[in-house]
Amino acid sequence: MGDDHDLKEEGGEIVPFDPSKKKKKKKVVIQDPADDSVEKLAEKTETLSVSEGLESTFSGLKKKKKKPVESSILTDEVGEAGEELEDHIGDDEEGEGIDLHPRYPWEGSDRDYEYEELLGRVFNILRENNPELAGDRRRTVMRPPQVLREGTKKTVFVNFMDLCKTMHRQPDHVMAFLLAELGTSGSLDGQQRLVVKGRFAPKNFEGILRRYVNEYVICIGCKSPDTILSKENRLFFLRCEKCGSGRSVAPIKAGFVARVGRRNAGT
Amino acid sequence: MSELEHQVPSAFDPFADASADDSGAGAKEYVHVRVQQRNGRKSLTTVQGLKKEYSYNKILKDLKKEFCCNGTVVQDPELGQVIQLQGDQRKNVSTFLVQAGIVKKEHIKLHGF
Ligand SMILES: [Zn+2]
Repeated sequence: MGDDHDLKEEGGEIVPFDPSKKKKKKKVVIQDPADDSVEKLAEKTETLSVSEGLESTFSGLKKKKKKPVESSILTDEVGEAGEELEDHIGDDEEGEGIDLHPRYPWEGSDRDYEYEELLGRVFNILRENNPELAGDRRRTVMRPPQVLREGTKKTVFVNFMDLCKTMHRQPDHVMAFLLAELGTSGSLDGQQRLVVKGRFAPKNFEGILRRYVNEYVICIGCKSPDTILSKENRLFFLRCEKCGSGRSVAPIKAGFVARVGRRNAGT
Repeated sequence: MSELEHQVPSAFDPFADASADDSGAGAKEYVHVRVQQRNGRKSLTTVQGLKKEYSYNKILKDLKKEFCCNGTVVQDPELGQVIQLQGDQRKNVSTFLVQAGIVKKEHIKLHGF
């Protein structure tokens, strides 16, 4: 599918539209470094399409299709077409016809629309009517872990529950992973905070959570964090809500844990 | 998280990671390098999953000499032999194992914080 529409849009003009990732943007810039409008566009797409997911890809496609048509109309029949098009705009966004006018820079002149302006317009429309497709869906922002020291030997992960909720994962699962990676033991306290044995800095937790997200939350196919982790006969499966792809994920294993502390404690 | 954005193929190939991705359930052949906290600022590094054919004691000897730390080979009932080293030697261990050609880099899994 990707190849498909790459072919359709000849060259770099529309490519930066693909609402994917920064990587892509960079690439585009390299491809035609001369065309600075493309560069600007690329920046724009970057801000507009921070999110990931197939849906946003689709929206990108739609836009792509829409845009060239409009602009080609414009270049073909400059002038008269302008008014016509404005009428269309009015139709498109019902009820906002008047409001709309001061909003667009090409208003009141016969000049061509610029690609960037139209791009902005489409995104505005999209945002009004179908915010989900606009691509600037809230990125799953994870707040940094808040950590307290309990005594000298324990660390309290204060917003643990909070972060589990943002990741949509069972606290048990997250906890198992955290403890396995930290190589320690711990439990939830009365206020649903995670208390672990040992001294750890917030960035320790952050690094581990990052790995957790990569392994157990993010969809490999579309990078969407909108996934469900389910257990089917002893195997964990990750299913993406956005693109429907699924994969199995490694079970959490603590692996070897050396006995530390007092020798007479056990065994 | 910014890491979500790295490695996006320019033309998405749905089969690209089918072969490249050997994580998931059947990832048994990893060498796990872990760190554990002990009391105070002391810690402990464990190396689990080296091939059985290797002489653990020889590797341990080299590791100890290389990093100037003490260590031991522990026999775990389930996981077999595990190398234990004093201090956080995770970086050292992984570079050593790779350089000595004992393990490939992609088969080392660093755990811990
Ligand atoms: Zn997906």
